[in-house]
Amino acid sequence: MMHEFYFAWTGWLPEAIQTTSWIVIKIMAILLPLMLCVAYFTFAERKVIGYMQTRVGPNRVGPKGWLQPIADALKLLMKEIIIPTKSNKFLFLIAPILSLAPALAAWAVMPFTDFLVLADIDASLLYVLALTSMGVYGVIIAGWASNSKYAFLGAMRSAAQIVAYEIAMGFALVGVLMVAGSLNLREIVLHQSGGFWQWYFLPLFPLFIVYFISGVAETNRAPFDVAEGESEIVAGFHVEYSGMAFAVFFLAEYANMLLIAALTVLMFLGGWLPPVDVAPFIWMPPLFWFGIKTAFVAFFFLWFRATFPRYRYDQIMRLGWKVLIPVTLVWIAVIGLGKFYTPFGYIFQ
Amino acid sequence: MLTNYFPILLFILVGLALGTVAIGVGKVLAPNKPDAQKLSPYECGFEPFEDSRMKFDVRYYLVAILFIIFDLEIAFLFPWAIVLDEIGVFGFWAMMVFLGILVIGFIYEWKKGALEWE
Repeated sequence: MMHEFYFAWTGWLPEAIQTTSWIVIKIMAILLPLMLCVAYFTFAERKVIGYMQTRVGPNRVGPKGWLQPIADALKLLMKEIIIPTKSNKFLFLIAPILSLAPALAAWAVMPFTDFLVLADIDASLLYVLALTSMGVYGVIIAGWASNSKYAFLGAMRSAAQIVAYEIAMGFALVGVLMVAGSLNLREIVLHQSGGFWQWYFLPLFPLFIVYFISGVAETNRAPFDVAEGESEIVAGFHVEYSGMAFAVFFLAEYANMLLIAALTVLMFLGGWLPPVDVAPFIWMPPLFWFGIKTAFVAFFFLWFRATFPRYRYDQIMRLGWKVLIPVTLVWIAVIGLGKFYTPFGYIFQ
Repeated sequence: MLTNYFPILLFILVGLALGTVAIGVGKVLAPNKPDAQKLSPYECGFEPFEDSRMKFDVRYYLVAILFIIFDLEIAFLFPWAIVLDEIGVFGFWAMMVFLGILVIGFIYEWKKGALEWE
């Protein structure tokens, strides 16, 4: 309906510009709420961790601190962007942009509901996997371009860690694909319809756990935050960044966390589907279910940060290579064997 | 078909533009008063010594090489997993043989200590 209004108003424009501008408007309709969610996710983090440590968290700016993220953004905007003398200036400035762009662009194929999806492509899961892998470039380039020892160490650690957990994550996705038989995120969700016992977190429980742990490690979050590790290498790869250049890295990290949470919901927790297909649950709009589930999963990121001590680097690598990868390999075989050789094959259909 | 991918291209461009604009606005609005101390690399108050692009542990290379093998494996598994129902038992065992060979390599590197960090 809005689509027809827009095309009637802008009828005098050439068709190519009309279509393109309409797509840009739709992109903005995804990006602006997303940026708002990211801003208030940082606020939620400080509040949640505050209450877990019997503090109240930020409560000075605006009513109960609700304007805190806006004050933070304004402050970072007015701070000087320092570019160190020995750094590679072009790469130094391009690194945060390369970090943010994939974290945002992955949302292009995200099915918020059955109809609310910008680009409903067949290979959407492959696209998301490709883009989340791109994020590591921002970190490596930042560490290299800074020409600082701490930044360099942080970048090396981060690269090896992301690469190791990428494998466990990829194998976990293979399990999902074996059951769903489609790379399209929307079809993967529709395949889980019928109630929460149809969601993939039950038959694929080990993969669900592996996927989420890998997601936490991929986003360099506590307890896997050795890339930042402020008590040993100050802030790791972004130690030389200040002002808006730092803020862009910060946005990318939080957008990535929400992305991992949303993907976990789509692949293992039934996306926008209600937990049971009966009266009070099906009255709620699908977008509500998608939002509430994503918020629930995202809360775990904050909970982990408040609860777990940081892993040592060798422990991280051991967990990734010697625990998560064997678990996923075994479960892929279990899915196949269960599918073809046991009477319980319908669990994995 | 390709029209489905056009919004994605636009989304990537908008994503790049957002970061560029944010840093550009920051550069314009924020003060810019550099001095030699401020612009030197951070090193806990010391004068930075040596070049920071130093030698690093060869294990990082090893991890990168292992990653390529396993990631390639995942690239093979993706299409296989999609059509598993159609290729049936034969397709399943064919991939299990392939995975078995990979696992032998994995056990070998594990026993060789390539996965140890000390």
